[in-house]
Amino acid sequence: MCRIGAIKSTTPFSPKIALELMLPQQEGHDNSGFALVMQDLAGAFVHYKDKPLLSMACTDKGIQLVNAYMEQHGFVQLAQWVPDVCKNQNLNIRAMPRYVFRTYDLPEIYQYRSQAAREDFLLDSRLELRELLSVDNNGYVYSFWPDVLTLKEIGDPYDIATYFHLWDDDSRLLAKNIVVQCRQNTNYDIVRYAAHPFFIQGYTLCANGENTFFTKNMELQKSLHRGYIGFESDSQTFLYSLHYVLHELKWPINYFKHVITPLLPEEAQERPDAKVLALIRKSLANLEINGPNTIIAMLPDSTLVSVCDAKKLRPVVIGRDKNLVAISSEVCGLNAILPHRNLSEDIYTTERELITINNALEVKRWKQ
Amino acid sequence: METVTTQDITVNDLDFIIHYNPDICIMCGSCVAQCSFNAIEVAPQVRKHEPTQEGAKQGHKKKILFVIRQKTDLAHACVGCGMCVKVCPNQALSIEANPESRKNLLARTQGVIKRGGRASSYSLRTLDKIMVGRISQMTDPALDSERHTFDLRAPLGRILKAQDLPLKVDGQSLSLEKNCPPVRWIYPLLFSDMSIGAISTRAWEAIALACAYLNEECHLPVRMCSGEGGMPLKLLKSEQLKYMLLQIGSGHFGWNRIIKSLPLMRTDPAGIIIKIGQGAKPGDGGLLPKKKVAPHIQAIRGVPETALHSPPTHQGLYSIEESVQKMHLSLNAAFGFRVPVVIKCAASLTSVAVYNNLLRDPYHISGGFFLDGLQGGTGAACEISLEHTGHPIVSKLRDCYLTSVAQGLQGQIPLWVGGGVGLTGQAAADCFKLICLGANGVFVGKILLQLLGCVGDEHGRCNQCNTGKCPTGICTQDPRLIKRLDIDRGAEAIVNYVLTFDSELKKLLAPIGNSSLPVGRSDALITSDYAVAQKLGIAYAC
Repeated sequence: MCRIGAIKSTTPFSPKIALELMLPQQEGHDNSGFALVMQDLAGAFVHYKDKPLLSMACTDKGIQLVNAYMEQHGFVQLAQWVPDVCKNQNLNIRAMPRYVFRTYDLPEIYQYRSQAAREDFLLDSRLELRELLSVDNNGYVYSFWPDVLTLKEIGDPYDIATYFHLWDDDSRLLAKNIVVQCRQNTNYDIVRYAAHPFFIQGYTLCANGENTFFTKNMELQKSLHRGYIGFESDSQTFLYSLHYVLHELKWPINYFKHVITPLLPEEAQERPDAKVLALIRKSLANLEINGPNTIIAMLPDSTLVSVCDAKKLRPVVIGRDKNLVAISSEVCGLNAILPHRNLSEDIYTTERELITINNALEVKRWKQ
Repeated sequence: METVTTQDITVNDLDFIIHYNPDICIMCGSCVAQCSFNAIEVAPQVRKHEPTQEGAKQGHKKKILFVIRQKTDLAHACVGCGMCVKVCPNQALSIEANPESRKNLLARTQGVIKRGGRASSYSLRTLDKIMVGRISQMTDPALDSERHTFDLRAPLGRILKAQDLPLKVDGQSLSLEKNCPPVRWIYPLLFSDMSIGAISTRAWEAIALACAYLNEECHLPVRMCSGEGGMPLKLLKSEQLKYMLLQIGSGHFGWNRIIKSLPLMRTDPAGIIIKIGQGAKPGDGGLLPKKKVAPHIQAIRGVPETALHSPPTHQGLYSIEESVQKMHLSLNAAFGFRVPVVIKCAASLTSVAVYNNLLRDPYHISGGFFLDGLQGGTGAACEISLEHTGHPIVSKLRDCYLTSVAQGLQGQIPLWVGGGVGLTGQAAADCFKLICLGANGVFVGKILLQLLGCVGDEHGRCNQCNTGKCPTGICTQDPRLIKRLDIDRGAEAIVNYVLTFDSELKKLLAPIGNSSLPVGRSDALITSDYAVAQKLGIAYAC
């Protein structure tokens, strides 16, 4: 079982807070890994917020392959953060030989192209790097996007944090938003790409639950976008649905909820946009989810999103204080990082809600 | 040695042997009077006589009794319908299927055999080799079929790709900029096309009554297809027309009346079905024998008393492109583009090609693809067609669905399938498995007749739908036989069956954790037949 969480703060914070959110929930997950996506970075990358940041784990050969690729395609390396790792043999971690967190300047020609063209170029580059490194298992590319850093590893989350010195806040790894998850397992194989959060073109998502409509989702998504690949985890489809609705169709976010958990026909008939809802339901029937799922997502503008399945079979809770909002699978996580919050203000996302949290920490509850 | 006329036909040569017990027969004559096939008669029988003393003096050693006797000529062969057994007050009769029958051979000396019913290929059913094997156990919760709300609706109509929808972002809402093709949102079980003519007015009325009741009292949006041949004017002008799909077959019977009724219609029909082919006899047109073209059928169809043959194909349509451009377009236009127009074909090796053409049609004008498999029923067909032509529905459905998946076009033209659905009595299981393989819904015909009392089966019993002598009053226009069918009781049986179907469908949805139809959820299915697993792309289990 996955346990998921997200934190948004008005001031940059370190991954240590995310660990404190997740570790009390250990009874609910299997301690098989640790993964986080950080957005709106401070620390080492604070001066490179508009430059794409490559996050990957690889072999020495992988580094060479990536260097050659980036050079060949006109990328110019600007800055990098090399984690100072702890080589203690007793740590439960299946570490990769090399971890790469680098910012690049885009090839010059892209300085003159549209934002959409730059976004497509970054996506294509990530997909090609992924393909390049997949040969002989030379590495894993998690994200390649401005102001976004992804770290994933297999092992005990506590030990992984120790390995990367995440417990020691050296002010180099800071962000205003972190989406986090503590399980590297799928129900089947242990695959690094299967670990949430997933990322595509500024959209980050993790999910708790079993996607019973995975086959339906996947079969359609494969034809919708070249970036919808992998499917190592049944939760990846939620990210692709989010990206498709917001980025490709450019629909308002409320319609993401309508797509994944459509209203019953008799309920939809009562709505002013009944005809639209009926059309959407029929056209995107294959993107519906119908199992137990809670989703936490982060949008390109760093808005956090919380949404549940239509039967609320997987819980999630949102707590806050003046400077920080956190979303968590279990309330014990909130208690660890927000012990003095007003409990009566906790929000348990309902089956017909979509909750967004903007950068001013305003929480909006939208009823479907 | 005694001479024997060996070429004579006896009961041993027939499909069914009637056993008669004279000891308990009271000679009431009911069995003979009711037999619509005239297969039994009252006949004298000479018996050995144990004389009394007085009789012995007169030399009487034999006596003559009257008994019930089975006729042995092929024209009057018992069809095993069992009505005589039902009518006998003393259970003096019983019927036994004869495994040594030679009728199949001998009857062919008298011409092509025609009959109704289904093919006898029961053993070919793939659906019985498939189980629902992906049950929610710990990874996700199973639902409670009694407690949860289920959303069992299926589309009928042309569905557009999301990116092609005429939607405009209007603040935080989407608004519709122009109309889209009509789509009905209906129950995934559809009453298939059986015409007034193929079945009796009472049988048709019972099905229509059940359909209306299910909609208006049970809130299940079940739809019914008229069959080729039209329907009564009163119904065309009624509100209940919205539960009906009007069929246009290759004979176009009944359409004069339908077109003339257009200005009088208070509501639109649920849809229009263009019937290209029928699973039971693909490549063959419809056939309504003269015996069944009674005066009221002549009136509805606007024809004289004659055998009504629908051609094997719609005359004037020579290609799929023409079908789309001429027939789909004209029928769409006739109903103001407010009614989905769908097409029904017999499953065939060419089905994928047909489906691809419809999917790629630039006019987006076909609202559904109905595929009818070889185990579908018919009112009249040559037996050779019934037994030796056709294509199983399961793999063909899967082929069509997967070809749409490969192009990212799944769901855009809803797939509805039939042909043997409910053959074992468990239509909900068949429906569920077909939906998991990619169907949006299923259509049933034969089981509706069986619920009305039809005793025909896949082992040769009865299946005399073509003769006009249906002993249950279902597939006949003989007023004496029609009266045997109790409309209300028949409709009640259908309603109750559909309600059970609904419960059973939920019983299958709940364990896989779904509350809406799992269209294309092939991961929920397993089979212990490796070849089936390979062909359908489902898990092999043993």
